[in-house]
Amino acid sequence: MMPVGFFFRRVEDLAVILRSKRNEILTAAVLMAPFIVVYGVLFIYPTIKMVQISFTNAPLIGEGSFVGIENFVRLWNTRLFHTAVWDTFYFVILSVLPSAVFGLIIALGVNRLKGWAQSVVLACFFLPYILPVSVVYRIWSWMFDKDFGIAQYVIAPFNGGEHLSIFRTIPVFMPAVAFVTVWWLMGFNVLLFIAGLRNINKEIYEAAALDGAGRWTQFSKITWPLVWPVTVLVLTIQLILQLKIFDQVYLFANGGRTDATIVMVQYIYKVAFQQNHGGLGAAASLVLFLIIVIFSVLQFQVLRTGSKDN
Amino acid sequence: MSATLTTTDELVVVAAQRRHRWIRTIDGIGLLATVITVIGAILWAFPLYWGIVTSLKPDAEVVKAGMKLYPDHFTLDAYTYALFGTNIGVWYLNSLITSVATTVLVIIMAAGAGYAISQLEFPGRRVLWWMILASFMIPIQALIVNHFILFSQFHLINTLTAVVGPQLLAPVTVIIYKQFFDSVPREMKEAAVVDGANEFQLLFRIYLPMNWGITTALAIITFIAAWNNFLWPFLAVTSQDKMNITVGITQVYDAFGVKYARDLATAILAGLPVAIVYLIFQRRVTQAIMLSAGIKG
Repeated sequence: MMPVGFFFRRVEDLAVILRSKRNEILTAAVLMAPFIVVYGVLFIYPTIKMVQISFTNAPLIGEGSFVGIENFVRLWNTRLFHTAVWDTFYFVILSVLPSAVFGLIIALGVNRLKGWAQSVVLACFFLPYILPVSVVYRIWSWMFDKDFGIAQYVIAPFNGGEHLSIFRTIPVFMPAVAFVTVWWLMGFNVLLFIAGLRNINKEIYEAAALDGAGRWTQFSKITWPLVWPVTVLVLTIQLILQLKIFDQVYLFANGGRTDATIVMVQYIYKVAFQQNHGGLGAAASLVLFLIIVIFSVLQFQVLRTGSKDN
Repeated sequence: MSATLTTTDELVVVAAQRRHRWIRTIDGIGLLATVITVIGAILWAFPLYWGIVTSLKPDAEVVKAGMKLYPDHFTLDAYTYALFGTNIGVWYLNSLITSVATTVLVIIMAAGAGYAISQLEFPGRRVLWWMILASFMIPIQALIVNHFILFSQFHLINTLTAVVGPQLLAPVTVIIYKQFFDSVPREMKEAAVVDGANEFQLLFRIYLPMNWGITTALAIITFIAAWNNFLWPFLAVTSQDKMNITVGITQVYDAFGVKYARDLATAILAGLPVAIVYLIFQRRVTQAIMLSAGIKG
């Protein structure tokens, strides 16, 4: 016969388990609460609100009435919005590709160096990346200054010996801002590429060298395929980052005084904050939001298939 | 600044191999590549150097033609002006308060959430984790309009609270904490549980101290990012006394025309804290940046 105490002990155990389970859920609730509140109030709620307001004619502050898809039709027919989308992608092309290509070349060079020499050289390329945009803006305004800028020594020969006001000449504005952006952010790419290069097993090169593979063969057959996943990562991170460009473009355009060089976030800023069209601003935000979501999903897919290949 | 986690033995072997390879690859093309890299580094750092040198020159020298790589008359006038003639002190303080507040709050929040998702069983855990993963790249710039509306509803525009607010969205930090907490050996936890530790003690006595390096790294880049943030602080604050330094130095102009040395001096002062933090914690900064990009450092 089963001792009576056995049954009681099992019930007690169950109670302990249940209590600890409840404790675990309670602990989880306490630990998750701040994050969930922030996430809900500052991400979920504004996102829902953005969708809702984009179908109204609300001003920035205050109520509006439902207007259907009028805001989106208006965006579709607005030249300034076309310019903003076009300039954003133009900027993406001008900045993302060069910063990836030069990033890889520099990483290959830096990776050859040893010890303190490597640290110093890497710091030279990386230091700009951690500086605030305002500092980058001040430094390059001075470098490119029409009257006294040191870069004019390089620019003038290409401009018939005349100094050129870089940020007031529309055709060169975007390339110049992209150039400054590459200078500013390329250190990030260099860092990622170096990590990728370090992960390549040195023995592969040794074996290849024994088999008589030359430098180019080693690069094209070993380095490049093995660094490719990092390249995809760098390209997609930069792409998504640069779609959200605002700071440099706004600052170098002297507070966005010309519409010719407007980018998407700047367009949102202009219609919502300067012209007080909250609804239209939200509609433009929604378009930008969706573009970025689409590219993020693509990035995820590319990275996933990329990691499957290895 | 090797970021790979290798044992000393492996390091010794790698070092030996590298030395071996180094001897074999001293050749024309290799040397050329090294020389080009070094020249590139000098050119890359030059704008920074030029900005600093200019800020140390008297006004007359700044606008003199030619390329003078060092000041003839060294002066700190521009810095004296920046420190005492502008609002820079207030802006510095605002930047410091908002960046430190952002960092502390993000770390506490992310460590807690990361621990709960990694170590605790509770309803909705998987859904939350997928939501956090999915918001890896929240396009926060697309939410500026609604953040502004939200904060103005609470009458918080032009306050430091508003500046901090949206910067608390840091799902990446949660992801990194979760991954590192996942890799803490189970035995550690079991031993502590046997000793009667509760979940909070587990988090604060075992999981956090074991990942102290990650906390430092994440705190440093959160601080740098908060200090450097431009768009939202620029929108949330319009009164000079609430601006942080990155906004202040670009929005407030001298009434007496452009003074290059002064502009550069204020900019250099604005960038100085993050530059110093980077130079001291180089390895941590690079580690955190690679982790945030999804590369295990």
